[in-house]
Amino acid sequence: MRINKHPILDFNRGKKITFQYKGQEIKAYQGETIAAALYAAGIKVLKKSNKYQRPRGLFCAIGNCASCYMAVNGIPHVKTCITKVKQDMVVEEETGKGDIID
Amino acid sequence: MILLINTDLLVIGGGPAGMTAALKAAKKGAEVIIVERYHELGGQLIKQTHRFFGSKNEQAGTRGIDIAQGLTKEIQNMSEIKVLTEATAQGYYEDKIVTVSYQNKFRKIRAKRIIIATGASEKMMLFLNNDLPGVYGAGAIQTLMNLYGILPGKKVIMVGSGNIGLIVSYQLLQAGVEVKAVIEADSEIGGYLVHASKIRRIGVPIYTGYSVKSAIGESFVKGAEIIKLDRNWQMIAGTERFIKADTICLAVGLRPLVSLLIQADCAMAYVPELGGDVPIRDENLKTTNDQIFVAGDAAGIEEATAAMLEGEIAGLKAATEIGYLSKDAITESRRLKKELRKLRNGPISRNIRKGLSKVRGDDNVKKNRYSHLR
Repeated sequence: MRINKHPILDFNRGKKITFQYKGQEIKAYQGETIAAALYAAGIKVLKKSNKYQRPRGLFCAIGNCASCYMAVNGIPHVKTCITKVKQDMVVEEETGKGDIID
Repeated sequence: MILLINTDLLVIGGGPAGMTAALKAAKKGAEVIIVERYHELGGQLIKQTHRFFGSKNEQAGTRGIDIAQGLTKEIQNMSEIKVLTEATAQGYYEDKIVTVSYQNKFRKIRAKRIIIATGASEKMMLFLNNDLPGVYGAGAIQTLMNLYGILPGKKVIMVGSGNIGLIVSYQLLQAGVEVKAVIEADSEIGGYLVHASKIRRIGVPIYTGYSVKSAIGESFVKGAEIIKLDRNWQMIAGTERFIKADTICLAVGLRPLVSLLIQADCAMAYVPELGGDVPIRDENLKTTNDQIFVAGDAAGIEEATAAMLEGEIAGLKAATEIGYLSKDAITESRRLKKELRKLRNGPISRNIRKGLSKVRGDDNVKKNRYSHLR
């Protein structure tokens, strides 16, 4: 959910773009991170834990932890909380221990 | 191709400490590279919408976001400083080279001096289901909310009543989120009363002597079971109560990000008052590795004003050691140290002072207890 009115901040959002998540088209703004855009779209489970397949979401949002790793354009282990979203990016949940997707 | 870049000073981390360190050294003539993981400078200042407290000389009354903007602009205007954003320092090697992954490329940097200003990471807390999506560090909520204008949820339980917990609670309320409760394990509120009063006036209950027993939910937080603690912080069975919420925000402290310092074989000391393992250093923030300084939260958890002063002190000393001598360097350094002492003078900084007394002097220099891992 996006904030539209804030008592202190103005959000100068960038150009509207779209990207792919699990075959779905997601709207985003240029300049925001992949995780932020997914959150705004209501997608809050970003991956599953390796061993027990427990759901994982954003935790630190500044690239410290490993909770937001996703496969982006086929490249696994991308920290989506610090990687900017781009037009037509393909974002997938990781498989295995971060397999490279062809 | 792996490029080797030579420079006078390498600053790792472009937050408040790193920025002031780079500026100070560059103003003395040093050639500086800043390596910053994020795509802009500012560190955690870029999401701090509250006004700073403390000394007027050090920008009290100014919002963190405005301080970050001011310093960033100043850095952009200095031709001596090169900023690498989306760059992560990967390691420190025996030949005194730091490797950096920069926009998906690998780089090697050789610097005469290095200032490590990597900041901190949030502490996790033990409770059942603490890995459930919807459990965040307080910083993550600030990032989502204040940087991207995205609400983390609708109903939040804040864990921890230190200044971060209280301030972020207020920021959540400002953004229109309901703060269901602030939970504090201690018998007293940790942060300043002025912040606590602000959220109490709005009607947010602060439960002291309580902790989280478990997060409830299948694939996302639906609430938390909180529980009363006795004087020894042990859970009292039968006092559980459920609070409905879609977000659990952890503001239970920070831990210095010191992995590079450990790898560079700087002597470390475990100092709870400073947040955990921190490097032993002298009054100029020089570690036991002659090439390396530390500044900001990586040196011990404090706040941005102290971080900026530490950055300046380290930057000035590093520039001098590299060979950029200036007439006023000694008086300038003295003034900065005096300013920092003044800042840490109050009763609130008692713990910081206690912690700092443990990281100076030879008595504390122990063998790096991670040496066996290298």
